[in-house]
Amino acid sequence: MIFGKLTLDAIPFDEPIIMGTGAVVALGGLAVLALITYYRKWGYLWSEWITSVDHKRIGVMYFVLALVMLLRGFADAIMMRTQQAIAANDAAGYLPPHHYDQIFTAHGVIMIFFVATPFILGLMNFVTPLQLGARDVAYPFLNSLGFWLSVAGAILVMVSMWVGDFAGTGWVSYPPLAELAYSPTVGVDYYIWSLQISGIGTTLAGVNFIVTIFRMRAPGLTLMKMPVFCWTTLITNILIVAIFPVLTATLALLAADRYLGMHFFTNELGGNAMMYINLIWVWGHPEVYVLILPAFGVFSEVISTFSGKPLFGYKSMVYATSSIGVLSFFVWLHHFFTMGSGANVNAFFGIMTTIISIPTGVKLFNWLFTMYRGRIRFHTSTLWTIGFMVTFAVGGMTGVLLAVPGADFLFHNSLFLVAHFHNVIIGGVVYGSLAGMSFWFPKVFGFTLNEFWGKVSFWCWLVGYWLAFTPLYVLGFMGMTRRMNHYDVPAWHPWLVAAWVGACIVGLGILAIIVQLAVSIRDRNKNRDLTGDPWDARSLEWSTASPVPFYNFAHVPVITSLEQHWDDKESGRAGLAPPDYEDIHMPRNTSAGFVMSVFGFVLCFALVWHMWAVAAICALGVIGTFIARAYDRNTDYTVPAEEVARIETERLALRAQGA
Amino acid sequence: MTVNYQTHMPAAAAHSASHGHDHAHDDGSKTVLGFWIYLMSDCLIFASLFATFGVLGTSAAGGPGARDLFDLPYVAAETALLLISSFTFGLASIALQAGKRDAVATWLMVTFALGLGFIAMEVHEFTHLVEIGAGPDRSAFLSAYFTLVGTHGLHVTAGLVWLAIMIHQLFVFGLDGLTRRRLACLSLFWHFLDLVWICVFTFVYLRGVIV
Amino acid sequence: MSAHNPLRSYVGGFLLSLALTALSFGTVMAGGVRPDLALSAISVLAVAQLVVQLVFFLHLGTAPEQRHNTVIFILTALLITTVVTGSLWVMHNANVNMMPMSPRTSVGD
Repeated sequence: MIFGKLTLDAIPFDEPIIMGTGAVVALGGLAVLALITYYRKWGYLWSEWITSVDHKRIGVMYFVLALVMLLRGFADAIMMRTQQAIAANDAAGYLPPHHYDQIFTAHGVIMIFFVATPFILGLMNFVTPLQLGARDVAYPFLNSLGFWLSVAGAILVMVSMWVGDFAGTGWVSYPPLAELAYSPTVGVDYYIWSLQISGIGTTLAGVNFIVTIFRMRAPGLTLMKMPVFCWTTLITNILIVAIFPVLTATLALLAADRYLGMHFFTNELGGNAMMYINLIWVWGHPEVYVLILPAFGVFSEVISTFSGKPLFGYKSMVYATSSIGVLSFFVWLHHFFTMGSGANVNAFFGIMTTIISIPTGVKLFNWLFTMYRGRIRFHTSTLWTIGFMVTFAVGGMTGVLLAVPGADFLFHNSLFLVAHFHNVIIGGVVYGSLAGMSFWFPKVFGFTLNEFWGKVSFWCWLVGYWLAFTPLYVLGFMGMTRRMNHYDVPAWHPWLVAAWVGACIVGLGILAIIVQLAVSIRDRNKNRDLTGDPWDARSLEWSTASPVPFYNFAHVPVITSLEQHWDDKESGRAGLAPPDYEDIHMPRNTSAGFVMSVFGFVLCFALVWHMWAVAAICALGVIGTFIARAYDRNTDYTVPAEEVARIETERLALRAQGA
Repeated sequence: MTVNYQTHMPAAAAHSASHGHDHAHDDGSKTVLGFWIYLMSDCLIFASLFATFGVLGTSAAGGPGARDLFDLPYVAAETALLLISSFTFGLASIALQAGKRDAVATWLMVTFALGLGFIAMEVHEFTHLVEIGAGPDRSAFLSAYFTLVGTHGLHVTAGLVWLAIMIHQLFVFGLDGLTRRRLACLSLFWHFLDLVWICVFTFVYLRGVIV
Repeated sequence: MSAHNPLRSYVGGFLLSLALTALSFGTVMAGGVRPDLALSAISVLAVAQLVVQLVFFLHLGTAPEQRHNTVIFILTALLITTVVTGSLWVMHNANVNMMPMSPRTSVGD
């Protein structure tokens, strides 16, 4: 009841790669802990970050989570590329199938759930309330809870590397392979619980942002005056709230099969594995739109700013975004055209899939028309945007090709498919997140990022992506299936070597990001943003100081135009000192979210290893902490007007210096 | 970085007229709206479970089917308990509007008792089915049945815990704004559980016996 | 209608629900009703009772305070319909095309 199935045998002492990585991670981790202790930052970390309910802090933490997990996800990628570059014909490579299976599974799970999702949640968290003229999101405590639950999920996946194993089923983990009979180890259980716990976090964020947008806009800020980034946030979060329950239910059913001997998806006693596939893609397809829509929002903000023009076609952008949201619920079967639903079903979903490309095309043209006759500044963010437009357009087109069921019978589960989704995810979500990082970094931290290293990173990512994935399109046509750790078709080999080179170049791009951060921090005093508006931008967040004061706005702004900040600058109203200040009502920090997530993490670990007593105690811990919070009546406080005045006066003085 | 203002602990500032713009104070409607949206997401969990039951409901794998197992008068009794509890919660809501704390507590306690009765009946039913070899591991149909009805039961149980806490908080904090908002949310939750039950008794029990 | 007299709302909703429930159970327990008719009847009765409880217990409607909740509910209902009927359609086709020929395991399919 206490240790369940957990023994020392769970640690893979016989796997040198894993043990070596473990040693490096352990040493690195200890070094970080030592540094924090040496500089006596534990108090600071606890009160300013871990217990923070500030959307800006939480946004930064999400983004940091994403960047850290990007390193792990990329490590998986380079390992696979290396294996495939080596393992032709007689060469077996260095990764046996069982290990390779876990790597491609972990790669997908990490990239989608712990890189892409935190990237967009981070951006939406930081930016949306500021663009709405709000002081925080609707539920600051739930915001903190949601973040720490996501971290718990990420750590659970990481722990699986050294304690037990991970699923070897692919990132959507189809039964019957995912059932106990064919995956008897704890790997699939790690998969289930890490996604369940982080899924709850994502759902909470979904509710939070919807209510924030509907109820916390500044006076005068109608929905049709919101920046497009807020529209994409709204639609994204409606999708999240709509689909994550389906994922929760589906994984729960798989867990019921594995833990309680039920027969939802088993081969025997009436189970039907296709129902899992059906349900998981009801979630899975809208999920990819959840990931891409915020990126589209970033590009809208970036391109209008750096073209010096308002975004072209605001209304059509709103309608296009909303249509994408609606249509995304009607295409899910295209993920399994080949699995026997027949011509009528395939035809319907094929047509719907083709239709959904149209609103995205509308958006692309709007971005192009925004640039047309603009005065374009080639900031790093602009480069990411242009790189996206070219890359994503191709990816979208291969998507339309895959949408034809007959064609898909050739391409399903080939490298053509793999190339397509990397095309749109890297070209869209990754480029968008990095564009957002370059764009909003000064707002977050008060100094700009180094442009040179930003551009190095961009070019490496652009060249690297194309070199890594164009060969995969070719290989798809040549018949190569996905997820192969070895092959004996000599003609495939050179393409895979080229792909490996591309992956290495992407690796340089990631390295460049790290260098960029280091150099920028080193040079921060030279690159301070004293005005709060380093790019001469257009939307409301740029009217605040950089970094933004914890209360966001000393006065809640009154909105009369679509680009309030820009219009204020044009009319000379920007930056005027107001006559007086008010008390501001703010939520208190709390450790409840963090504590619940710690209990949650141990609960999930205990469930993985069948440590029932531990699990029960932790479940009580989660519930108990939540109930204790319910008895806390002292969850907010007031900042006196004098404090606000002091901060604002200081800031205005700095700005005068910088102007 | 920014200064931490937690150390400032002034008495809560009076809400001056200028706070009209401060939406952070507008908690009442925000709380209920957010809870309603969460409830809609919960509907989708049930939708997935109903869809699964729809697909697997005829896969009894040679084992007992709905006709063999469902006792409609028993289910009618469970239904009555839950329906009456929805009504008594309504009476609690009316008392809440009128500001009568003790009446609220009384009706919540009646609701709790009825809900507890419902759960007791359901646990009895499930135990019996397991004993006669018709447990959730017997077939896909039974897995779907136990999971769908069981998930509803778990929600009712969570509602009972929440009811107990709210009753206690009524006596600790009285009918302050936070208690009222939370009772409003609980009321949505409790009624929603009866809505789901309508679908359960119709499409699981009654339908199962018909076809 | 109900906002002005909440008691009437709850009592009315309760009695209507009771009646609809009794009709549903009665249709099935009485026996002698053709299966497809019985199925239609209980489905209609269920939808009716859902509406009754949404209106009388949850106060959904077009009143200004309730409008948002109503719209959100309708959108959710559309979503649920899409997911459930879509799944049933897809799975029915998949089963017909792909499931092995086996003796009928229970009544109905």
